[in-house]
Amino acid sequence: MSITDRILNKSVVLDHGTGAKLSRELVELIVEVLGDVYIGEMEDSAVLQIKGGRIAVTTDSFVIDPLFFGNGDIGKVAVCGTVNDLAVVGATPLYMTLAMIIETGFPLSDLVKILTSIRQSAQEANIKIVAGDTKVVRQGEADRIFINTTGVGIFARESLKMRDVQTGDKIILSGPIGNHTIHLLSIREGLGFETRVLSDCAPLNGMIDTLFSDIEPFAIRSIRDVTRGGLGAVLHEYATALGKTMHVEKKNLPIQEETVMAADMLGVNPIHLANEGCLCLFVDPRHADSVLSCMKAHKYGRLAVVIGEVVEKTTARVQMMDSDNRLHHVEELEGAELPRLC
Amino acid sequence: MQQAPHSVYEQYALWSVRVTGTVQGVGFRPFIYKLAADHGLFGWVFNDPNGVFLQVQCDEARLRDFVSDVYSRRPVLSKIDEIVTNLISIHAEPIFNSFEIRESNASGEKLVTIPPDYAVCDDCARELKDPADRRYRYPFINCTNCGPRYSIINGIPYDRKYTSMACFPMCKECNDEYKNPLDRRYHAQPNACPVCGPSLSIFDRYGIAVATDDCVTYAVEALLQGKIVAIKSVGGFHFAVNAHDPEAVALLRQRKKRDSKPFALMVESVEKARQYATVEDREAEILESPERPIVLLRKRPDSLPEAIAPRNPNYGVMLPSAPLHNLFFMDPRLQVLVMTSGNISGYPIVFKNDQALEQLPEVADLILLNNRDIETRVDDSIIRCSSHPELEKGVITFIRRARGYAPYPVTAREALTSIVAYGAELKTTVALSEGKRIFVSQHIGDLKNPETFASHQRCADHLKQLYDITPEAVACDLHPAFTSTRSALELNRGSVYPVQHHHAHMASCMGEHGLTGSAIGIVFDGTGFGSDGTIWGGEFLVGDLISVHRAAHLRPFPLLGGDRAVKEPVRVALSLLHDAFDGIPANVRELPVLRELSDEVVAVYSRMHRNRINSPLTSSMGRLFDGISALLDLCSIVEYEAQAAIEMESLLERDHTMAEPFRYDLIQEEDRLVIDWRPMVREVVYVISEGIAAALISRRFHSTVVSLMVEVCGRLARQTAISQVVLSGGVFLNEFVLVNALTLLRSKGLTPYCNEFVPTNDGGVSLGQIMVANAQHKLKA
Repeated sequence: MSITDRILNKSVVLDHGTGAKLSRELVELIVEVLGDVYIGEMEDSAVLQIKGGRIAVTTDSFVIDPLFFGNGDIGKVAVCGTVNDLAVVGATPLYMTLAMIIETGFPLSDLVKILTSIRQSAQEANIKIVAGDTKVVRQGEADRIFINTTGVGIFARESLKMRDVQTGDKIILSGPIGNHTIHLLSIREGLGFETRVLSDCAPLNGMIDTLFSDIEPFAIRSIRDVTRGGLGAVLHEYATALGKTMHVEKKNLPIQEETVMAADMLGVNPIHLANEGCLCLFVDPRHADSVLSCMKAHKYGRLAVVIGEVVEKTTARVQMMDSDNRLHHVEELEGAELPRLC
Repeated sequence: MQQAPHSVYEQYALWSVRVTGTVQGVGFRPFIYKLAADHGLFGWVFNDPNGVFLQVQCDEARLRDFVSDVYSRRPVLSKIDEIVTNLISIHAEPIFNSFEIRESNASGEKLVTIPPDYAVCDDCARELKDPADRRYRYPFINCTNCGPRYSIINGIPYDRKYTSMACFPMCKECNDEYKNPLDRRYHAQPNACPVCGPSLSIFDRYGIAVATDDCVTYAVEALLQGKIVAIKSVGGFHFAVNAHDPEAVALLRQRKKRDSKPFALMVESVEKARQYATVEDREAEILESPERPIVLLRKRPDSLPEAIAPRNPNYGVMLPSAPLHNLFFMDPRLQVLVMTSGNISGYPIVFKNDQALEQLPEVADLILLNNRDIETRVDDSIIRCSSHPELEKGVITFIRRARGYAPYPVTAREALTSIVAYGAELKTTVALSEGKRIFVSQHIGDLKNPETFASHQRCADHLKQLYDITPEAVACDLHPAFTSTRSALELNRGSVYPVQHHHAHMASCMGEHGLTGSAIGIVFDGTGFGSDGTIWGGEFLVGDLISVHRAAHLRPFPLLGGDRAVKEPVRVALSLLHDAFDGIPANVRELPVLRELSDEVVAVYSRMHRNRINSPLTSSMGRLFDGISALLDLCSIVEYEAQAAIEMESLLERDHTMAEPFRYDLIQEEDRLVIDWRPMVREVVYVISEGIAAALISRRFHSTVVSLMVEVCGRLARQTAISQVVLSGGVFLNEFVLVNALTLLRSKGLTPYCNEFVPTNDGGVSLGQIMVANAQHKLKA
């Protein structure tokens, strides 16, 4: 079908932004229209050859409600998101830009709080802000403040690529999943979980650096920053790109007890929830133990765990073995989850 | 019969006779052979892929007599769709001097109907018990009148080499029977005996073969000692325990991780069944039919442990469907067996030996295997007969359509485009159309399980291959997240027709009854993706096979937590209360069902309701049943599909007397009528607090559903001048609703139809998808 036919009478819907199947289709549309001027590889960062050397470049926009939450704010999320996207392809983050679209009436005190938080996070992540921009719009044209960043990093080693993942590789998570969404949702909707479940927002380049210096080259095949769309989206992305099956064991998934409770009440599956400080690693099985112990020594990887492995199967792309040994599909969400049971 | 232009008196006229339908593998040619001898006719007969074809020489009057006997005396397992006769030529003298059975002609299209699997016939049953017979106690005894078919076939024409019997060469004696047109086993493809055929073996939980020369006796002893035995039956495995042994039943519940869903029973005869349940004539007839389905019978209280079918007025009972089962009951100490699907919870029923040894020891102590492979997994069929003084013939409902019935086709009024339909998600079936016939597969199950999904794909491919059909189009559900929808869209590049779920339900009923033109469809079920992106399920649709208008529906309410609310009806109850009372007043908070919830949970659910957090809207009738059941504190968390509704219906004890309905409002909104159930919920809360018995509240709620159905349908019929009404969707498995709706709609001068050939639940959706896709495809062409 031609693009014209496909988009006939269609508009962007909220589900285009959930990180699920519709988001993927939106990206595919963009790539198709851009055609040969787009040369990206769909990794978290692009790796560019510049005069004999390589740099990593990434860009991201941050739209969060609430702007301030229990253990962070939009500024911290902006820095961590940028740094993590660079680090997971094997780059050392060096520079970033900072652009802000601000709604008329936004208190300057809030702006200063956000900037202070950006400064602290940038210090921890060891990244410098090299350029910026501000745009102010009328009330209603933006929701308080939107931030856009571009990050640049350099390589001290080979870059990591998704296509290096092999059958038999172990899948490792650096920490608990689902907390960021539950924390934010709880504040936004007044659900009362926000003091018990905190966001996982953190810069992870330090831990990744340690991993690269301690672990044998090529043992870590690929790393993904598990953000919007959650673990589910990451696993589906790999399964689709590699044509392999991602097998995970439910009993091994690191999920905080209170998060399980909240997710149960809300009827959502933590594997589809967003995180801001969680890595998914694909590791040569022979080195899985050393990767684990290395991560566990780091403050952001204390709860690292093997959750499954890459297998070859014809029946499913992403499958989960649940606690009583039943196997089921983990579906790629279309957008938000819709009821299906009869 | 096709008429010759003028009557043919010549006694040497040569005629061809073509018989189509289920006429192969059921002893049809020997029957013709014997019938021709009775009539003194000469000629020949053979099987070809269109059915049975024969030629005889005689005058037209004798031909008419012969053909009428073909109809009236046909073999018990055959089903004749059509007999077409043609005059070939007129001769002056005989051209044959005998009647012979010729070799099958394998050319032409593959159009023959594959016979389903049938239980042991009377003749074989007698031989089975006769110590002098060479098949005495042989579990694989069969003949052209009985035995496995669909489950062992892997290709067409139906011939031993295309079945799992291919690896058992017949001994001389079997071969002689097979070749003798006068023998009951003439061309009985699964023919076998202890010398040449399949045999039993028995394994313990550790996969070690038990050394015994009598596996059946060994298994019976184990059953009598309270053990769980996995038995390879016709279409898959069963778990069996002695139903009189409460500890064995409890152990099976515990190991199968199934607390509430009723277990089926097997007894040797209708007489035995009467010890545990009442059996009416119609039910006895179906129990004894060669299809041998499970029939829901009114239980005799306290005749068996309560754990067999807790809080349920029925027992699901079947008679033996394989000779092996008959052997069990030859031991008089064994009166009744629990026979439940041999699967691990959430997985499809196991049908392969290696799988059985790997998976079943989780539940079973012993595994009784045999080396005749099952090619196609087929579950037990489940049927219910409902009666009402005003429904002369009663109503027969398929709760599950599989063994004995699949893949027998529905015959449409006119030829259809060749279409494959992928069904829904839970309780899926696949359907395939070719000419006037629509083959509806056996129940496949829940596609979220990767193994079930794989068998769904295999089933579609198997049917295509068996009938050599290359579909021109594909039909699927509209729900974007159904596994079946996704695979339909991914695997097929040609014409794909996504069909709205409730339109498909309506069309399944229209297709069964050959209805054309416009109808009012009352479609009540749990969940279906609506054309407006919300979840529907309490729908009145007006239209035809091509398109429908949503003329009326239940007032939508939020499902707190999406699918989670389906598993926890207490969420639905809370949602209904919020809508009905605009919050949760103190007296409502005191309802027994809410007292079990902590303040925190109520607060979170209330937030979810108010802010619509992960709470999509639904107009589902199934959910309304769940919500009321939860309000009555009958079932706040379900273990199996529709449990809350089933347990609320159980309180009615199959008595269909209507009671005073609760109040509801009908509100005209734009182009449709919205049924506001909030007054009813307020009344329900009031009567609960007044301490009225749950059984009476249940009866009044059921009566309300019937009343609103009749009132809304009456209005629509007056507006549209349509009197044809079709009832479909899982809610119509509710006997009270079905029987009273049929009776009352009729009394209003309307003509209601319900599903009788395919299940009214999602098992019938694939048939409806074919009907709609066919109509739309033809419109486009």
